[in-house]
Amino acid sequence: MTTTPTRPAEAPTQDTTAEAGYDVAAVRQQFPILARTVAGHPLRYLDSANTSQKPERVIEAVATHYREHNANVARAMHQLGAEATEAYEGGRSRIARFIGATRAEEVVFTKNASEALNLAAHTLGAGLREGDEVVVSVAEHHSNIVPWQLACERTGATLRWFDITEDGRLDLAAAERDGLINERTKVVSVAWVSNVLGTVHPVRKIADWAHSVGAVMVVDGCQGVPQLPTRVADLGADLLAFTGHKMVGPTGVGVLWGRYDLLASLPPFLGGGEMIEVVRMTGSTYAPPPARFEAGTPPIAEAAVLGVAADWLDELGMEQVAAHEQAITRYALEGLQSINGLRVLGPTEAVDRGGAISFTVGDVHPHDMAQLLDSRGIAVRGGHHCARPLHERLGVQSSTRASFYLYTTQEEVDALVEGVAHTVRFFGGTP
Amino acid sequence: MTSAVEEMYQEIILDHYRAKHHSGLREPFAAEVHHVNPSCGDEVTLRVHLDGDTVTDVSYDGVGCSISQASTSVMTDLVIGKDVDSGLALHEEFLTLMQGKGQVEPDEERLEDGIAFAGVARFPARVKCALLGWSAFKDAVLQAGAGDRRPEEG
Repeated sequence: MTTTPTRPAEAPTQDTTAEAGYDVAAVRQQFPILARTVAGHPLRYLDSANTSQKPERVIEAVATHYREHNANVARAMHQLGAEATEAYEGGRSRIARFIGATRAEEVVFTKNASEALNLAAHTLGAGLREGDEVVVSVAEHHSNIVPWQLACERTGATLRWFDITEDGRLDLAAAERDGLINERTKVVSVAWVSNVLGTVHPVRKIADWAHSVGAVMVVDGCQGVPQLPTRVADLGADLLAFTGHKMVGPTGVGVLWGRYDLLASLPPFLGGGEMIEVVRMTGSTYAPPPARFEAGTPPIAEAAVLGVAADWLDELGMEQVAAHEQAITRYALEGLQSINGLRVLGPTEAVDRGGAISFTVGDVHPHDMAQLLDSRGIAVRGGHHCARPLHERLGVQSSTRASFYLYTTQEEVDALVEGVAHTVRFFGGTP
Repeated sequence: MTSAVEEMYQEIILDHYRAKHHSGLREPFAAEVHHVNPSCGDEVTLRVHLDGDTVTDVSYDGVGCSISQASTSVMTDLVIGKDVDSGLALHEEFLTLMQGKGQVEPDEERLEDGIAFAGVARFPARVKCALLGWSAFKDAVLQAGAGDRRPEEG
């Protein structure tokens, strides 16, 4: 078996990204999990596009909610019910402020971003007819493809998509040439930031294009909202889906933001408690947004704590988070591309690019890569990252993805680069 | 120092991965199946040919990790030339080994190079990789009309 020289002892974490406007080492100390070891090595968590780690304040807030304020919302006529409702609605107001929404009623809580996108596809789909067109891109996560396929199957509408260029950006020129967005287009839905390629898509430009033909612009903000300052008005979206757990918040809560007048024009999604106005056996009327889209007991603690996560992020500063992401991505792109035979999928320079880097190297399978890296404490994702059509388009079966966040250090990236090189040697290649 | 993970990748596994035995799709064949591991996208197209009770050929084309590719290669060595009942019995033995969480002692007389996968059983995420080709083989044999020929001793 191959052996490698062990790394010289060094400080476990140090702030090595000069560009970060904050002390990365101090920030890391707020994340208890980052202090643990895996397989005898310090954990190097490079899978934040999958889910982010949580700071102590968020972890504590979950426990505090259940210890002190737990009750159901909106219907309990007692003190705890009032406190739980205030916490839940407080989360809604806080998220509205985090994304620059004009009113809290524009924020609908779901269980995750997939549900938010399904809500969008189902309710917008109710207005689709045969001959209508829905436009997505080949670079989307399955969550922004399959709900639209289902809507098109139900209604007879046609699904079309943006292709990508060789360097992994949306091919706007081809779309223009082919009349991709036209008078038949009713919905355009694309990711703000690709979860595989890291590409930041020109959402504003596409939104203006969609609006010029009267189409609704839906944006999958799963990778964008956690990394970039978000102002929904600047983004140009009519609906924006994102999730709590990728932005240092808890799992179990997603968000669909929508322009109020659009939300008010949409039919219900799921039926049940809290989404109604008057129920009669002969038919019911429905509550205004956001309650119309929140049937049943919502993710109360999760939504309340998502507000705490937004506080935490805003205190750090989303501008600084974005700057750190940019710096660490640039550093990782340089390091990884020094490895012989390594192919970065997507933009190879840190321009209009988020902190997810997917790559292939020689014929080492991403599963083998991920497992060898895991044995050195390095957590990455291997597979198609819920974007099989994109991998097919790129002519690869799967890839290894390293993704970074506000707590990622250059030392972790160094360990990744060394781990990848080691894995290539292990399988008989020359890194 | 090698880690437990690196020990899992026995030389036998790496050898089969680098030079797969019986690889490629061949004719004639009695049945062809396509199996996928949806969580990672690994795929194998596998053909089985029978002459009466005997497995005369297993040919395949697949994409996947070293574990799934090597396991398929080892499987072909084991089952080609055997009768169907013996092939299916070997599948059962390999399945038991893989589901044994590292507690099952493999029988080298019977599983030959297959014993190299004993370490894989300790990594639950990889067990389905090791089983991909074997499951395809079982499916193909049953489709080839040998479904009523399961070994009575199970």
